[in-house]
Amino acid sequence: MTESFAANRLQGSGAYALELDGVARHFGALVALSGINMRIAAGERRAVLGSNGAGKTTLFNAVTGDFLPTAGRIRFFGEDITDLPPHERIRRGLRRTYQISQLFKGLSVLDSIFLACRGVSRRRFSLLRPATSDVNMVQAESILNAVHLEAYRDTLVATLSHGQQRQLEIALALAGAPRFILFDEPAAGLSPTERRDLVAILNALPKHIGYIIIEHDLDVALRVSEYVSMMHNGRLFKEGTPQEIEADPEVQEIYLGGKHG
Amino acid sequence: MSLAITTNVTPQQNWLERLGAGHIILAVALMLYPLVASDFFLTQIGGYSLIFGMLGLSLMLLAGYGGMVSLAQITVAGISAYAIAILGNNNSNILGFGWPWWLAVPFAVLAAALASALIGWVSVRTEGIYTIMITLAIATATYYFAQQNYAIFNGHSGYTGIRAPAFWGIGWRDARPFYYLCLGLAVLSYAAVLYGSRSTFGMTLQAIRDNPRRMRALGYHVTAHKVFAWLLAGVIAGLAGVLLVWFNGRVSPGTIGVDAAIDVLIIAVIGGLRHPIGPFLGAVVVVLMQTFAIDIVGAERFNTLIGMVFLVIVFVSPDGILGLWGRIKPHLAQESLRPGQ
Ligand SMILES: Nc1ncnc2c1ncn2[C@@H]1O[C@H](COP(=O)(O)OP(=O)(O)O)[C@@H](O)[C@H]1O
Ligand SMILES: [Mg+2]
Repeated sequence: MTESFAANRLQGSGAYALELDGVARHFGALVALSGINMRIAAGERRAVLGSNGAGKTTLFNAVTGDFLPTAGRIRFFGEDITDLPPHERIRRGLRRTYQISQLFKGLSVLDSIFLACRGVSRRRFSLLRPATSDVNMVQAESILNAVHLEAYRDTLVATLSHGQQRQLEIALALAGAPRFILFDEPAAGLSPTERRDLVAILNALPKHIGYIIIEHDLDVALRVSEYVSMMHNGRLFKEGTPQEIEADPEVQEIYLGGKHG
Repeated sequence: MSLAITTNVTPQQNWLERLGAGHIILAVALMLYPLVASDFFLTQIGGYSLIFGMLGLSLMLLAGYGGMVSLAQITVAGISAYAIAILGNNNSNILGFGWPWWLAVPFAVLAAALASALIGWVSVRTEGIYTIMITLAIATATYYFAQQNYAIFNGHSGYTGIRAPAFWGIGWRDARPFYYLCLGLAVLSYAAVLYGSRSTFGMTLQAIRDNPRRMRALGYHVTAHKVFAWLLAGVIAGLAGVLLVWFNGRVSPGTIGVDAAIDVLIIAVIGGLRHPIGPFLGAVVVVLMQTFAIDIVGAERFNTLIGMVFLVIVFVSPDGILGLWGRIKPHLAQESLRPGQ
């Protein structure tokens, strides 16, 4: 079945960042996800493609625990995390971005990134103001530079442009030594320049950081991933290299040939 | 008097500059107030406003920074007030362990903080209007329990004969010392909240208010942070409860009734929830109105009056008096830039 692609490819290595076994999610009568089996190696970079409503975001929600799956098991670096609350999954090195930006409107850009760094660190309840020399502040400053937001360091998040908010979304996911990141349509609504920046940021990530990226723009997806999974109606129906996926007649019929978006 | 409150800090500033002109003028005025005020104005207006300002501040911490509107702040204050009556001395011939103030006060405040954390733990599962409703239910239940329980709360008569202590050669129940005691604790609470708003925990609380889901996705145990905020708010409300029972000399179910709970909410909303100075402004306005408007419009119409003032302020400026000030201030700034000034 579907997982055999990845499984064959990784035979012998045994080190999976993410393993999904029979993961399903129902919303009432609606089956948003069903029978998802997935193996993603540590450091692997995977694109997930599929039309709107295919269940891609629901898949991410199941992995991070934003919405618990109704069936199936999820393992993260070998550990079963199915029953862990979201913050415990995050503390194990999992990160995500949101399709619709989920930011702190009342905070500054730097403070937001600082909180992202502090969230997986100690002293989360500190009643002291963080010093500029604070480890997490220093980390926040360097992430600020990495996503090219240094000019907006003290800007209130509510006043950022859409593109800047998308950059901040990514910054929050990069904070605090992630091991695996889920990017939910990070390029949506970005200008061509901003897309180029995004591709550069993703390709500049340390090699050990793997990720899944949901991306409608095939060009972007193929430039930042080495392996592609196709979703349709809540199911994974094909996995392969970008070349295999592009050449697959079934894929062309359902996704690439017809309307998508 | 300028209330300009600046929190932008640059490293070059010394501590006086950091404090800001508004804070310094306000502090001097409050220090000198006893020189011009009668005993009545010192305690019934000054002390009482500061106590209710602290109660409003504990609500502002939860609502302004945490997005959790509580109607149980007076209940929390009541717990420390009852604790003072029970642990210390009273003349109701029941309980009264006779502990010295320096032992009774920390225990009373601790009891209030723990009770507040418990109320928080129960209510953080809810959001928005449901938080208001569940805290109102807790406040009402506590009121009726206190009224019917004689073993601990001494029923509807409560405790009388509770007196502020005398130490360091000062009788703190006298008007002037009591005013300074209230002022000292109010300033301490205000400064702590103002400083804390930019602390790591203060930022986490505001971030949870803005987007709890994202905070979970950054590794935060959102419930734990909310409950900790309730604990901190409970310390401030608990201190206010100690002052309140010393001020009244008594505590009874009437002290923690629903009308008092709503007073605290009105104070915080009229003053503004954006900045910790707001509840103190609101407290002064409400206490002045309670004291003088009753003589003018009569007790029956008083609630109508305060309700109308509440509506007008909420309607004109959702951020309360603070919001009004914020609208006037730019005008003033522009006027001072005019040529010839
Ligand atoms: N919270 C929810 N409640 C009800 N239905 C939902 C919810 N989230 C997603 N769905 C439904 O699940 C299906 C998959 O949605 P989603 O995962 O967002 O798709 P995609 O991200 O691939 O566009 C859609 O039909 C959507 O309407
Ligand atoms: Mg989606």
